[in-house]
Amino acid sequence: MMSVKEKKMKAGRGYILHTILKYIVVILVAVIPLIPIWCMYLWLISQSFSGRVILGIVPSNFTINNWRFLWAPIKMGLKEYPNIWPITINTLFLALGTSGLVVFISTLGGYALSRMEFKGRTTLMEFIIALHAFPAIILLIAMFIILNKLGLYGKGIITLMGIILIKAGLECPMASWIIKGFFDSIPWDIEWAALVDGCSRLTAWRRVILPLILPGVGAIAIFSFLSGWSEFLLVFTYVKDETYYTLPVLIYHLIGEFKFIDWGMLAAIGLFYTIPTLIFFSVSQKVLLRIYVGGVKG
Amino acid sequence: MVSVRLINLCKYFGKVKAVDQLNLEIKDREFVALLGPSGCGKTTTLLMIAGIYKPTKGKIYFDEVDVTNWPPKDRNIGMVFQSYALYPHLSVYDNIAFPLKLKKAPKNVIDKKVKEVAKLLRIDELLDRKPAQLSGGQKQRVALARALAKEPDLFLMDEPLSNLDAKLRVFMRAELKRLQKELGITTIYVTHDQVEAMSMADRIAVLNAGRLQQYGTPDELYGKPSNLFVAGFIGAPPMNFVEGSLVEEPNDYLFVTNEFKLSLGLELGELVKKGMKTSRIILGFRPEHVKILIKPEKNTIKAKVYVIEPLGRDIIVNVKIGDKVYKVIAPPDIVLKPGQDIWLKLDMDKIHIFDKKTEKAII
Repeated sequence: MMSVKEKKMKAGRGYILHTILKYIVVILVAVIPLIPIWCMYLWLISQSFSGRVILGIVPSNFTINNWRFLWAPIKMGLKEYPNIWPITINTLFLALGTSGLVVFISTLGGYALSRMEFKGRTTLMEFIIALHAFPAIILLIAMFIILNKLGLYGKGIITLMGIILIKAGLECPMASWIIKGFFDSIPWDIEWAALVDGCSRLTAWRRVILPLILPGVGAIAIFSFLSGWSEFLLVFTYVKDETYYTLPVLIYHLIGEFKFIDWGMLAAIGLFYTIPTLIFFSVSQKVLLRIYVGGVKG
Repeated sequence: MVSVRLINLCKYFGKVKAVDQLNLEIKDREFVALLGPSGCGKTTTLLMIAGIYKPTKGKIYFDEVDVTNWPPKDRNIGMVFQSYALYPHLSVYDNIAFPLKLKKAPKNVIDKKVKEVAKLLRIDELLDRKPAQLSGGQKQRVALARALAKEPDLFLMDEPLSNLDAKLRVFMRAELKRLQKELGITTIYVTHDQVEAMSMADRIAVLNAGRLQQYGTPDELYGKPSNLFVAGFIGAPPMNFVEGSLVEEPNDYLFVTNEFKLSLGLELGELVKKGMKTSRIILGFRPEHVKILIKPEKNTIKAKVYVIEPLGRDIIVNVKIGDKVYKVIAPPDIVLKPGQDIWLKLDMDKIHIFDKKTEKAII
């Protein structure tokens, strides 16, 4: 007969073995698919800081020469830029413009979809979802015509504004849909209290409801910013003047037009290109998690 | 302070008549309760007075001014919601200051007022907290403070006590009543709890299915309910009802059911006969207006003890007449056993008789 202690020990050993096995399985499943992705990032980082890379990953000859685009001129075909900053500013302009416009329109639109009674509300909501079945690329020609008619084509910065309008137009429906869900979760009582306290509907929206759905606003702001930041097709198609190129187009041309590709610089620009995304995500994660919608029910 | 008049007020949601032809007058400085079961239209009425719902038909007057189409912000009302509806992103101080800030009052005036109201409601310790850090009772006080801070002409309360625990509710009942009398603000109070309405209000408007059933003082509603609904709704335990018919006898009138006969006397009988629309009538008697006798007496009803519910101060005796159960309140020293035969003597001055068809009170 085994003593109780022995039994416990045996059970304990089995338990530990079981746990270890469980962890091994989890690690295998979770980490292995990530390895190629991490390898690519590793390559990007090591490539951007070294003169030569051994076996694709191991860096040698540490240099910051690849990052010279931050202060030295870069050539792209016939065009020479003083450094990368003007293009970065173009990209930021496009991304922030899109983001700002989308937040402004969809917070108002989402409120209307959530709180106001009007004819065809349901149809409109279904239509918004249906809109997303079409890729933006099929609108390329139609939008070109519209831009041209509006006098927004081929006019430098104005064209970028035109692209902001298009981007915002494409992003707004879905953003309104997302933000509508946030408005739905605010109890009517809180809005009514604000109205009785002396707000008009617009002030109630601005001073009471909007602060409560900041996480939602944060979410749509980030998504539309990233969508503007990474926009390639529209800029590539509509912007003729190289002064107003954005980063994705620049990267494309670095690969596309040179016979010889400077992999080091390409890696460095690629890394540079991801920085705002990383910053935006790390800052906004807190906002996204700080969800206190739903009000206070006693 | 204002008086409020509702004239033929209607609110329809599609085909549903939430409020139908409501006429009501609330005097200056009066405390009026809107009482009724859930879905009777009392909150809808309140929201129309607040200006949040637009009436389908009818008019709302504050004093002599037609405010039917005024937005809520222009009506100068303070409102307390069942959920309290505090702004979760603002501190208690900012919650109370919010209506004053919207009025663009100077900073020192706001500060003074907020502190004054907070002191009145004993929440001056909590001004830095966020609503999420408050208990139910504290939230309730903050909501009251926010409504009071703007010095409203009219106070609207939508079941403000129903989210509090029983003990606090009884305490706040008296507190609210004292506050209302002290400040003299006209108050409309929505509740489904008849005890709350009876204990606090100067007058009560009983609503059912969107229609006004009766409007009067608590005593009137209790003593002279105008129909079956009001009779059954006011009072705890509720009034007992027995269906029967009136039989004329020489020099007397009898109320007759399958189980018993009860002499009404000549005077009462004549009154009932005159008021009757159909042959069937309903006799109503309150549990507290019945005496339990151990031995038979003249003009009593034979019954059996069914269940006894002791409450300490008195006991509720459930009695069976035939196969129907009625509730009777008896003094605590009475000794009864389930199954025992007893005789009920009704206080004939305090019985009610209703017409079966119209459900209106005859006496």
